Amino acid sequence: MEFQAPVLAPAAAEITLLTLTCVVLLVDAFLSQARRDVTYLLTLLTIVSTAFVVAFMTGEGAQVTFSGHFVNDPMARVLKLVVLATTGMVFLYSRDYLARENIYRGEFFVLALFATLGMMVMISAHSLLSVYLGLELLSLSLYALVAFNRDSGNAAEAAMKYFVLGAIASGCLLYGMSLLYGAAGTLDLAELSARIADGATLSDLWVLVGLAFLLVGIAFKFGAVPFHMWLPDVYQGTPTPVTLFVGSAPKVAAFAMAIRLLVDGLGSIGEAWQSMLIVLAVASMAVGNIVAIAQTNIKRMLAYSTISHVGFILMGILSGSEDGYRAAMYYTIAYVIMATAAFGMVILLSRRGFEAENLDDFKGLNRRSPWFAGMMLIVMFSMAGVPPFLGFYAKIAVIAAAVDANLTWLAILAVVLSVIGAFYYLRVVKLMYFDDPADEPALEGSSVVKLALSFNGLLILALGLFPNGLIAVCQHVFG
Amino acid sequence: MFEQILFYAISAVLLVAAVGVITARNPVHGVLFLVLAFFNSAVLWLLLEAEFLAIVLVLVYVGAVMVLFLFVVMMLDINVEKMRAGFTRYAPLGILVVAIMALELGQVIWLRASGRNLSIVGSQQPDGYNNTKELGRVLYTDYVFAFELAAVILLVAIVAAITLTMRRRPGLKQQDITQQVSVKREDRVRLVKMDAEKDA
Repeated sequence: MEFQAPVLAPAAAEITLLTLTCVVLLVDAFLSQARRDVTYLLTLLTIVSTAFVVAFMTGEGAQVTFSGHFVNDPMARVLKLVVLATTGMVFLYSRDYLARENIYRGEFFVLALFATLGMMVMISAHSLLSVYLGLELLSLSLYALVAFNRDSGNAAEAAMKYFVLGAIASGCLLYGMSLLYGAAGTLDLAELSARIADGATLSDLWVLVGLAFLLVGIAFKFGAVPFHMWLPDVYQGTPTPVTLFVGSAPKVAAFAMAIRLLVDGLGSIGEAWQSMLIVLAVASMAVGNIVAIAQTNIKRMLAYSTISHVGFILMGILSGSEDGYRAAMYYTIAYVIMATAAFGMVILLSRRGFEAENLDDFKGLNRRSPWFAGMMLIVMFSMAGVPPFLGFYAKIAVIAAAVDANLTWLAILAVVLSVIGAFYYLRVVKLMYFDDPADEPALEGSSVVKLALSFNGLLILALGLFPNGLIAVCQHVFG
Repeated sequence: MFEQILFYAISAVLLVAAVGVITARNPVHGVLFLVLAFFNSAVLWLLLEAEFLAIVLVLVYVGAVMVLFLFVVMMLDINVEKMRAGFTRYAPLGILVVAIMALELGQVIWLRASGRNLSIVGSQQPDGYNNTKELGRVLYTDYVFAFELAAVILLVAIVAAITLTMRRRPGLKQQDITQQVSVKREDRVRLVKMDAEKDA
């Protein structure tokens, strides 16, 4: 009956974030609309302090606490920093847009902070239960954020679709977890892996069925084909800052969830999920790259581009080696940086009452602002995988991992599909540089958005020119 | 022996009630059948010496959730005929689900037949064993992390619900009592001086 209080130090970052979020929630309730900036600044302060705690105050190595529900290892620390940095960027991009569209409300920041907490819990999960609870925390916040602009019919429709499909996916995930728990008798991921390896489970069939359901949940959260239906509608229907948020940081959490569940929890039946992931990866790359060509709305186009990138991330994971996980992690981080810049660009081009969401709105951008046309050029080239930008090294790493895993046909298919995909990225470049603009208003965005976007674009270039830093970080995590 | 008879009797009522939920023509009857099913599962839990879960099931599901269901069902005025129209369309999916569940049921029976020890439920607990206390012990020790997270999720649900419902709709007409009370005669009544109507 003796109970030892859990060591709280490894979870210091989560505790900090939760406490400060509650402070933001309380302070915001007493602020008038004119002083909403206080909430905004407090939110940024929360992000910075949490990142500080993650970086300097949570110790070294891997520590498991809370009776095996929580782990703090190098992967958790790196991914949490990525999530926090991305969320911070999202806030910087969003403020002016929200104020302009009269949806500058404290709940946006509070819900996004809770979503961040959910992502951090997922990243640090060490049991099936924590994965699920973190995911629910993230999803619930995201559903509310998508429906955030109550006066928009599109947003309501997107939120409805997201909520219903997301609930089904959560149900599948939970069902899979219950089957695994029933078969192995443990929630702890490390213990689960050990018991499956020892053959100490009730039945292999149950484990496999459970795995299949888990994969449905993971694929849905990633937006992998055939569980991608929600992505384009949600991206298109929501206010752009929310799209930016939904499209960036949660992919890191989804990656962490996949690694925790598949590698940490079910690593001993790697060949079983490898073949399932191949199907998901090929379908995602094919559907994403080909359907994106037909899109005229840039948010939808980026949604399909996301689907194709998810295919690449899954390709890294399914290689089943440390190299593969490292490549997938590198790709995930690269994708998040690129997606943040791309949606930031859409925010920058929008004006009051005008959403720059059609491809035609990018026509002749070079004449309106050569600098930001250059930034968009960097983002598009990087997404297409043109050297010397970040996306190129990410694609190389993943494809190399697939070749090492004797999946050369898959690697070749990936290259072919990404060449097809290059078409729609280059079309944006063509529109910017070789077409005439419909009208030529100057860019309206505030200096914060412009600075953030310039930093984001230059980061893609810098990490492309000097790829070793990020590669070393990923190497520190795996291997 | 008495326990076994009780188990079979309660289980039989439970099954009948569960079938009733999906066959009842009137949705209100369906909900009431569901209440009956919950009561019987609560008794099954009592037989397993899980008193706390049994009482929580009655209090939370029957007391709160099902009453809410009943309200919703009564208010929605569902057209039963329309709801049943899709039966043949969804039949293949339903059959698939039934087949999967039958397969799983078969697995359980097969595992039991093959002599593996499937479960510990049903074994006698020692004297002085307190189900409620045991649940509370693991909930606040081993699962305290999950418990706290669940609390945060509830907080998010509250914040989200308030965000999505508390708002001023554009074009909504509402009364402002202060303005109504402090209104002056001049704001409402305008006396117009005009000549008496001319004779035709």
